[in-house]
Amino acid sequence: MEKKTIIELKDISVAFGDQTVLQNLNLYIRDGEFVTLLGPSGCGKTTTLRIIAGFQEPDAGEVIFEDKCINGVPAHERQVNTIFQRYALFPHLNVYDNVAFGLRIRKMPESEIKKKVEEMLELVDLKGFNRRSIDSLSGGQQQRIAIARALAVDPRVLLLDEPLGALDLKLRKDMQVELKNIQQRLGITFIYVTHDQEEALSMSDTIVVMDHGEIQHIGTPEDIYNEPANAFVADFIGESNILDGVMKKDFKIEFSGHVFDCVDKGFKEDELVDVVIRPEDVDITSHDKGMISGVVTNVTFKGVHYEIIVDVKGFKWMIQTTDFAAVGDEIGLLIKPDEIHVMKKSKYSGLYGDYSSFSDEMDHISDVEEILIPEGDEDEEQDV
Amino acid sequence: MKNRTYNGISAPYALWCVVFIVAPLAIVAYYAFTDKTGAFTWDNISGLSMYTDTIARSVYFGIVATVICLIIGYPLAYCFARAKVSTQKILVMLIMVPMWMNFLLRAYAIMVLFEDTGIINNMLASIGLPPVHMINTSGAVIFGMVYNYLPFMVLPLYTSMTKLDGKLIEAARDLGATGFQTLRDVMIPLTSSGIVSGITMVFVPSVSTFYISQKLGGGKYTLIGDVIEMQFQTAYNYNLGASISLLLMIFILLCLFVMNRFGDTDEGGVMA
Repeated sequence: MEKKTIIELKDISVAFGDQTVLQNLNLYIRDGEFVTLLGPSGCGKTTTLRIIAGFQEPDAGEVIFEDKCINGVPAHERQVNTIFQRYALFPHLNVYDNVAFGLRIRKMPESEIKKKVEEMLELVDLKGFNRRSIDSLSGGQQQRIAIARALAVDPRVLLLDEPLGALDLKLRKDMQVELKNIQQRLGITFIYVTHDQEEALSMSDTIVVMDHGEIQHIGTPEDIYNEPANAFVADFIGESNILDGVMKKDFKIEFSGHVFDCVDKGFKEDELVDVVIRPEDVDITSHDKGMISGVVTNVTFKGVHYEIIVDVKGFKWMIQTTDFAAVGDEIGLLIKPDEIHVMKKSKYSGLYGDYSSFSDEMDHISDVEEILIPEGDEDEEQDV
Repeated sequence: MKNRTYNGISAPYALWCVVFIVAPLAIVAYYAFTDKTGAFTWDNISGLSMYTDTIARSVYFGIVATVICLIIGYPLAYCFARAKVSTQKILVMLIMVPMWMNFLLRAYAIMVLFEDTGIINNMLASIGLPPVHMINTSGAVIFGMVYNYLPFMVLPLYTSMTKLDGKLIEAARDLGATGFQTLRDVMIPLTSSGIVSGITMVFVPSVSTFYISQKLGGGKYTLIGDVIEMQFQTAYNYNLGASISLLLMIFILLCLFVMNRFGDTDEGGVMA
């Protein structure tokens, strides 16, 4: 079910002053896909969305919509609609008039508008809210109205700019499921911007991981998690042990002073590489039976599993296991060949280190709101 | 306890109100309904009919000046509100600077510019263009009003526009609204409080202004404010002056009332 490309970004570059926001970005989005732009604050994901919406003109490059270049086409003439970060509902209009806004602009007869608005309110599960004022709605309800308002005008593509950012965790989870359902029911393309990797993994067909205005990795959630393109992607998505390794030859890799069997090939002999091993992919055993061994320095009970930190020759590994080990125990580590992921060295190599300074804050590193505001654009670019 | 403190603080202000607001109003009303001997009379009120033309002209000039201020002020305030924060401060200061100068001085300055042999006509002559007659026209009087009262239009508009979320404008564009539709359906309704107070702040002083018309209109366009001044300064008919003042006051109150009603209905959604 290969679908045709609906939006294509070709060599897009944007700079605010002397700050480069996007650099030669190339991206294809297929019709009906749920695509997530994922990355830390300041990575350029919101700017990418604004370029597609028509709020930002790229300094260089082309935006193609169904084989037509739409550079310079103003936002109100594009077949895309946006769900804004804080919904941007019109406070002077009630729920009905908000949803009807785009339809009235299109001069639809009032009877058809009524039908469409009712249909949309039903879709977002807010039937009967017509006369309510926007201020009387909860955050979750406002979110739904924003979705109804954008979908009422039958967009080909819906752009969502961190739409769940202002909601509490429980509501977020519910809305994630609901958004995904709506997308599948309507079959339209969703382009979703978030810095929350869990959100991205659970909702998307395709994830585009971005950093510093460049795409780091495009793939399915499984690809991104299991075969990260570089150390940045490995670190940003989930927990990972990123080690320096040497590719001895095809299917043989050395790290932590041991040569492991692996499934990777095609590297030069003795090429320096980054190795990623996910914490849940390591089995523990007694120290004499392990491929490598180390001393447990920290154990945290997480419910489903224990999270243990193991010092192997000075490098602290994170391991998630259902087997208990006590602090101070010497244990052995077993790693299967297909659980070793080898990556070429990149500019991110060596940046992420081990878990020696581990604390819970590491879990939420992606939540750190580092707002990069180019001067004079406070209003526009809360999050480039 | 709370209430007592509150009363204590507000007492001086209450006193101020009585001495400088309520009492003068009562005195104005007293003069308006009495003759020189202090006896009650309707003469001052019926005498107002003489000034129907003047009143009509004052209102007309006031409306024209207010509309011009709104047309100039609205986009200006929008530019202000969209500028960088540091630039905004400078812009707001610049619009205020003329207000630091004396009112009479400003009227004289405009006179010097507009005279038949004034600065503008000299400049036109120097580049070989024919002179334009500007001074002593109704246009000059209205220009004077616009010049003087524009800041009172811009500042409340600017305040309401800084509160306007730029994302709402983007949302309207996103839903297909053109620039004009966005202005009509989103911006104007959401800045209606600023529009109403701007109109009020310009219209009220424009209607009751004096001196501008004398200096820039050459006495041809006597306004109601000038008549009041004349009654007190040269005719010494305090009673008639007071009755005109009273009429003006009632008229302005009516205007404000209508205006606020208009503002309220529009603002209902915002304030609720």
